[in-house]
Amino acid sequence: MKMDITFGQYVEGNSILHRLDPRAKLIIAILYVVAIFLANNVCSFALIVASAVLITVLSGISPRIIGRGIRPVLILIVFTAVINIFFVRGDHPLVSFYFIHIYREGLVNAAFIIIRIVVLIVCTSLFLTYTTTPIALTDGLEQLLAPLAKIKVPVHEFSMMMTIALRFIPTLIEETEKIMNAQKARGADFSSGGLIKRARALIPVLIPLFISAFRRASDLATAMECRCYTGGKGRTRMNVLRAGVKDFVFLFGVVALGAGVVLLNKFAGGYRFGLY
Amino acid sequence: MAVVELRGINYIYNKNTPYEVHALKDIDLEVKEGEITGIIGHTGSGKSTLVQLINGILKPTEGQVFVDGSDIWKEPKKIREVRFKAGVVMQYPEYQLFAETVFDDIAFGPKNMGLSEEEIKSRVIAASSFANVSPDLMNRSPFDLSGGQKRRVALAGVIAMDPKVLILDEPAAGLDPGGRADILGGLKKYQREKGTSVIIVSHSMEDMANWCDRILVLADGKIILDGTPDKVFSRFNDLIGLGLDVPQITRVAAALARRGVDLGDVYTVGYAADKISELF
Repeated sequence: MKMDITFGQYVEGNSILHRLDPRAKLIIAILYVVAIFLANNVCSFALIVASAVLITVLSGISPRIIGRGIRPVLILIVFTAVINIFFVRGDHPLVSFYFIHIYREGLVNAAFIIIRIVVLIVCTSLFLTYTTTPIALTDGLEQLLAPLAKIKVPVHEFSMMMTIALRFIPTLIEETEKIMNAQKARGADFSSGGLIKRARALIPVLIPLFISAFRRASDLATAMECRCYTGGKGRTRMNVLRAGVKDFVFLFGVVALGAGVVLLNKFAGGYRFGLY
Repeated sequence: MAVVELRGINYIYNKNTPYEVHALKDIDLEVKEGEITGIIGHTGSGKSTLVQLINGILKPTEGQVFVDGSDIWKEPKKIREVRFKAGVVMQYPEYQLFAETVFDDIAFGPKNMGLSEEEIKSRVIAASSFANVSPDLMNRSPFDLSGGQKRRVALAGVIAMDPKVLILDEPAAGLDPGGRADILGGLKKYQREKGTSVIIVSHSMEDMANWCDRILVLADGKIILDGTPDKVFSRFNDLIGLGLDVPQITRVAAALARRGVDLGDVYTVGYAADKISELF
């Protein structure tokens, strides 16, 4: 069995996108999604696509990696496109054949939907996964949600749990591989037999894995206590996040994009996206 | 006859990615039947990769591996058979224990071989006696044992497969001197009685000097020294230059030699004692 799980999709780099404050990136990603959903005609979609291209270029991440990220949702994209082509009714019929009716509106809608999904996935992953480490992301999230602590939401505890969980995923994968190899060395067979036999074959891997995970957790708890960890209260940070000029420029950029989309929706002509 | 033979082995991790590592470079190696071969080398020199190539956990990027005379990758479906012939005890094997009782854990390998109940039982008993696992532990949970006991149970689990060649990756790492002696003593007894070939990876130069017929030094994925312990440890300066060590007693002898008392090539304490008593 091959362990080819690359957890998270962080791509090492030092582009301007990598250096943005994770809090800014979270807000930008949310606003960007709103802007994508606001767009409803050719001109505003063109603006969205242009901005997506600009972001891709700024991130310095190769289109091949981005393409790989879209592959898992390909089925969803094709499915929604097909639904739109065949089921949208409009005023401009193109093909009529027995029960199949294809309208120009359907094709336009399908194209818009494809653009919408692709841009949505590309841009959110560019901001949140490709250029931000999971740790930075939880850090940013914690600080954005910090006000909730006032109403007794254990924000710090949640984010600490997330951080620890993320931190140990690669360790556990490595450990799983080691244990599997050790059991294989004793003749364990993970790749033949039916479902039940295969599930049973995993017992010799899962038990040692759980035991070592519990041992690790207890060691970590002891180590944290030895360094006087008592939770989030009064805790200061080593890396204080500071929003800089570039963060505000990007925030302004995404707000401007949203405004541009709204204006183009209103004043520019061309094919429209709509529900028929 | 060679029980293990490697021909033109190259191994590259993560080939064609930015993380590519050329772990082994053009390795040719023959291990004779009944021979005890030690492998020493710095962390990252390719020792563990070599071990995992011999029992088919890893497949060589280039080259062939022969175990007991046959090319192990000739029929990839039968790779499991190779694991019974080349028994590998991984580093820190105590973390692979899983069964409810010590007996069941040791019996895991023989069971996978498809042996009969009686055969399994006799193998488990024989293996646990070689590995110094006392019979009254057999029905205990392996998780209740001490670190040293767990290590010996794991070792018994591999010995019970009765492999043609026993390969040990740092069998005594992290144990106290008593634990070391238990493990190595059992292994020596096993080797003497069964005549099994043994390949042992270790950082302890004393253990290597005391026990091995032949020592290989790996550095940067290549075998750079290969010979009897005297031959290898006589290359004192080369070993130190590689960041490796020589047995402590060899250092003492070298220091004595600098002060004008030449004992010759010394690498075990017993031999040094004899040499020194000759001087008086």
